[in-house]
Order: sequence, then C-alpha cells, then structure tokens
Amino acid sequence: MSRSGPPIRRRLRALGMGMLMNAVALLFALPLLFMFASSFKSDTAIFKDLSSWTALLPAPDWSLANYRAVFDKSELPTFMLNSAIVAALTVVGGILVNSMLAFALARLRWKGRQAVLTLVLAMLVVPFEVIAIPLLSVVARLPWTAYAHGALVVRHGWFNSLQVQIVPFLANAFCVFLFYQFFRDIPSELDEAAKMDGAGPWTIYWRIIMPNSGPVIATAAIVLFLGAWNQYLWPAMVIQGAALRPVQPGIQQFFGRSNSWGQIMAYASIITLPVLAVFLACQRRFVASVMGSGIKG
Amino acid sequence: MAQITLNAVAKTYPGRPARQLFRDVSLDVGDGEFVVLVGPSGCGKSTLLRMIAGLEDISGGEIRIDGVRVDELAPVKRGLSMVFQNYALYGHMSVFENIAFGLRLNRTPRAEIERRVREAAELLQIGHLLERRPPQLSGGQRQRVAIGRAIVRAPRAFLFDEPLSNLDAALRADMRVEIARLHQRLGATMVYVTHDQVEAMTLADRIVVMGPNGVEQIGAPMRVYERPANVFVAGFIGSPKMNLFPARHDQEDRVAVGEATLPWRAAGSAAGSGAVTAGVRPEHLLLAADGPLRATLLLVERLGAESLLHLAVPGLAQALVASVKDAPPPEGSAVRLDVRPGRLHLFDAAGMRMAAAGDQAAQEKSGT
Repeated sequence: MSRSGPPIRRRLRALGMGMLMNAVALLFALPLLFMFASSFKSDTAIFKDLSSWTALLPAPDWSLANYRAVFDKSELPTFMLNSAIVAALTVVGGILVNSMLAFALARLRWKGRQAVLTLVLAMLVVPFEVIAIPLLSVVARLPWTAYAHGALVVRHGWFNSLQVQIVPFLANAFCVFLFYQFFRDIPSELDEAAKMDGAGPWTIYWRIIMPNSGPVIATAAIVLFLGAWNQYLWPAMVIQGAALRPVQPGIQQFFGRSNSWGQIMAYASIITLPVLAVFLACQRRFVASVMGSGIKG
Repeated sequence: MAQITLNAVAKTYPGRPARQLFRDVSLDVGDGEFVVLVGPSGCGKSTLLRMIAGLEDISGGEIRIDGVRVDELAPVKRGLSMVFQNYALYGHMSVFENIAFGLRLNRTPRAEIERRVREAAELLQIGHLLERRPPQLSGGQRQRVAIGRAIVRAPRAFLFDEPLSNLDAALRADMRVEIARLHQRLGATMVYVTHDQVEAMTLADRIVVMGPNGVEQIGAPMRVYERPANVFVAGFIGSPKMNLFPARHDQEDRVAVGEATLPWRAAGSAAGSGAVTAGVRPEHLLLAADGPLRATLLLVERLGAESLLHLAVPGLAQALVASVKDAPPPEGSAVRLDVRPGRLHLFDAAGMRMAAAGDQAAQEKSGT
C-alpha cells in the first residue's frame, strides 16, 4: 500500500485540492471577469446586475458601444503606443543592465562585491515614493541632446520625454536579485571551460550565461514590463500633455471626460489585454524561474 | 607535446586562520607522459590540476611548461586543454558548436574549423552526433564531446579532472580504455586527476599519491603498489585494501603479530624497532595448514573469480581479509594463515616504510 493511503483516499484528496485551487483561482479572477463583462454593458445593465452572479457575464444585448466611445473620447492609441515603447525599451534595457550587474556579482571576484550585493538587496525594501521627489529634482537638471534649428543642442531637464519614463527604471533591484540567484546556480565549470578556450568575461556573459538563462529572462521581462506598463505616479509627475502620456495617467484623464462606468471598464479592459498576453506568453518560464531560483534563494 | 614542471608549489586559502592545502609540491611530467594524481576527496589534487590550468592562483613556487614560467599567464595562453568532471558542455549549442567554440574565439577560418571538428569527431566516433545538443546525449557521449573539444585545440598537454566520476561502472570501464587508447594514438602529455585508484593503476605511467600531507609518493603504478612509502599510500592503493595491523619488531628481527611470529629481515641494521604497523595485501595472505597465524573464518564474500575471507586473528582487534581463488572453507572454520615471502610490509612509528632486505634486488629485477 502507498504511504499516502489507499487509492480512494488519495483521489478524494486530489479532488479536494483541485476544488480548492479552482475556488482560489476564481476568487482572483472575479475582478477581471467583472471588468470584461461590464465593458460590454450599458451603465443601467451594470447596476442592475450588481447584486447577482450575472455581473460576471455579458448581457444578452451586449455591444461594443463602450469601446467605440473610448476611442472617440480619448487618445488611447497614442497612450498605448507610448506605453508600448516605454515598456519595450525598459524591458530590453533593464534585462541588459540588471543581468550584467548580477553577472559581475555572481561570477566575478572583485573587492567590494559583497558590499554592493548588500546594497542592492537593501534597495529591495525602498519604495519608489521615497525617492520620487529627489529623482524629480535630478531629472530636472539632466542634460539631453536635441535637434533644433538645424543643429544639435544640449538642453537641460528631461520632462516631457520618453527617456524620463525609461532610464530611472532600468536598474531594478528585484531583477538583479533574480538574475543573481539564477546565475549562482549555473555551474562555474562552464565559465572555466570557456576561459580555457580564451573567452573573457563579456564573451562568457553574452555567449554562455545569457543563452542559458531563458527562464529568468522571461521572469525579468514580466517584472519590468508590468512595472513600466503600470507606471502612474511618475508619468503623472513628469509628463504634461497627451503626446508622450502613457496609458495609466491616461485613464485618469479619461475618468474626467466620461462618467460612464461601462466606458471606463472598456478602457481598463483594453489596457489590461497586453499585460495578460505577455504573462500568458512567458508564464511557463516564469514559473520555472520562480521555482528554480526563487525557492532555492 | 610538452613537459610540465612544478617547483615547490604551495596553496594556502586566505582567512582567519589561513588554511594551507599543501606546500612544497614538486613534480616533473615528461613529454608524452601520462601522470595520474590520485587521492581521497579534499587532498588538493583537483586544486593542483586547476593551478596547472591557470584556473587557480598559486600561493608559492612556480609552474613551468617547456621551461617557460606560466603561473602568471592566463589559461588560454598556456596552451592546455581541460576535460571537466561534469563535462561543462554548452547546452544551448550543438555538439559541433561546442567543439568548435575555442576555434571560433581564435578566429580560425571556417574551413579549418570544419576540418578539425570532423577529424576529432571521427577519432572519438561521434561524427553522427554533431547536430545534436548535449541534453540529447548519454553520459558517455557527452564525455567524448568534452574530450573532442579538448583535442581540437591541439594543446600542448591535456588535463583531466575526474572525467569518469559521473559515469556508471560499466561505462567508466569502457571510457577508461578509450582514454588509454587516445593517449597511445596522440602520444600526448596528460595529467589526470581521480579518486579511483583502479583508474590510476590502469592508466598511469606514473602515479602521484596525494594525502593529508600533500604528495605522499610518486612512482610507477606497480612500484607504488608493491612498495608503498607509508601507511597512507599502503591503505589507499589496492583494492581490496591492504590489511594494516599493529605488530612488534623485536631484536631478533622477527615481527610479532598477536600470538604469532612472522619472519622479516630489515635492510641494514637488525636492531628492533619496537611497535610498528604491519601490512599484508589480501592476495598475499595465504591459507596454509602449517602457517604461523591461527584464525577463525568469520565471513566469506564471493565475488565470482575470487572470494574474500574475513578472518579473526587472536590478539588483533580488527579482522584480516584474505583473497583466495579456490573454493573457500565454510564460515566458522578454524584455519591457519601464512604470508607470502617478501610480502610483509612494515611501517615505523611515524608511518613510514621500513626498508626490508631484498627490496633493492626486487626493485632492480622489476625495473621500477
């Protein structure tokens, strides 16, 4: 007989676990279901269904009117493009920057390495709101080049730019930690074999370590993407005008232009879809990375 | 191929207190020679190999290759190739790319890379695996790829760090033969690290036995086997292990073991050494009706071609082991034992071998 009990008891246990997990999943999915269902309903239908489970289902007379209104009343395509550019560059730049630091911490030996690692880990507990004002003061003075009147000029201040939404968020302590944990578990013999062949640190990083780091790269991509896509406070502080505004401050603006909950739900649904798509694309590697590096750490 | 010389090499790990792994290790590896560093885990044999490779710094002494000092040089500049215990293959690259990696870094022309990789693959019989990736290969195949990666760079010497440790027993035996054949074909200088003394005995031109005191003995396999320099080497080399037990060497040049006396002649002075450690290999402990040692047979281990007899001898705390090829007597039997002439080893109070009369003649006869 198996240690976990007779077959019938094991099946009942598995059934119970399955039901519990489905219940928890449903609980987490409830707000999303409500949001998507309401985006196809009029305000009257939303409030009528609020006290019953039909709040989670589209109405029989569902329509795309709310979605049409979103595109009529807001510059959502512009906001989404801005968010997409910011998120994409943050993801690519962030993966490079954070993985390089993690490689130096995990695979190279140098004086002060431990102190830097401690500092990075300490940054994990510092919320963004603490550094927002000092950061504002810094970006107000930073130089940047621009093309004006047929010549390259240097301007000071990064307000109303894409780089102000990207550069401060490239370095991410949590991503450094993820990469560090993952790189530590890659056998050092790979580096040594490469050294015997004549590879330097950059070659080892780029041609040996990173190609073997798919799971953690996917995890870091999700973390960085979510962080960039969901940015509200910082863009609200540094971006004026719709030209470079991302989606989250955009919803605040839309909230001012529309008092229809159905339209607001439609806006929210649209800006949630890319997040869901990215997560679904990377979830297998995300889970593998969390189990492989997060639990061991 | 190359000659590798180690002069008084030492390794100390910094810290409070600093940990000295070994000191004053000197060794000459001749051109085309196969030298095996053997010893238990933690004795420093892999560290010594890595110091030759340039993967670890040396704390003292010097390392020379063909007379040129190399201990300050980067690994790639020493002209050596290394095969690692866990193969160290790049899982995201094909077998071809793994073998070609070093050549690509060196900017070797593509046609030359193709030729050398295919040549190495044919030598190791892995030509049909070039498009596969390491996760798709068996352990033995991966080890061949690792060896191929080492061969293709045409190094001055090969370094092997316990390359067969991760293989099962049958595969290990096959790969051992492959490595021996490779050495014959290439005539290469090879330095090989293992904790398996069977590998050491079968592969080496010379063995370097490393132990708690650094290098314990250097010599040809049979010399080390037949004339171990100290108790550590005596107990480490040989399977099954040498029987080591307390004895007394008296003024009449006899060795008292428990209630019995065994003949032994010291080289030079016949003065008694007092308490000593005696050693006899299991195959040299014989069942003899008129043998001087009484014993009771406790246990028989049947191995097929031979049997191991575990024997209790009055006056000895531990059982002795004898190896016999004939049918063993039943367990519980009272038997008598003798030692094959000239096969009793004595070690003094410090554990060092005591020279026996006849050692010199035997050495000259065997040429070791």
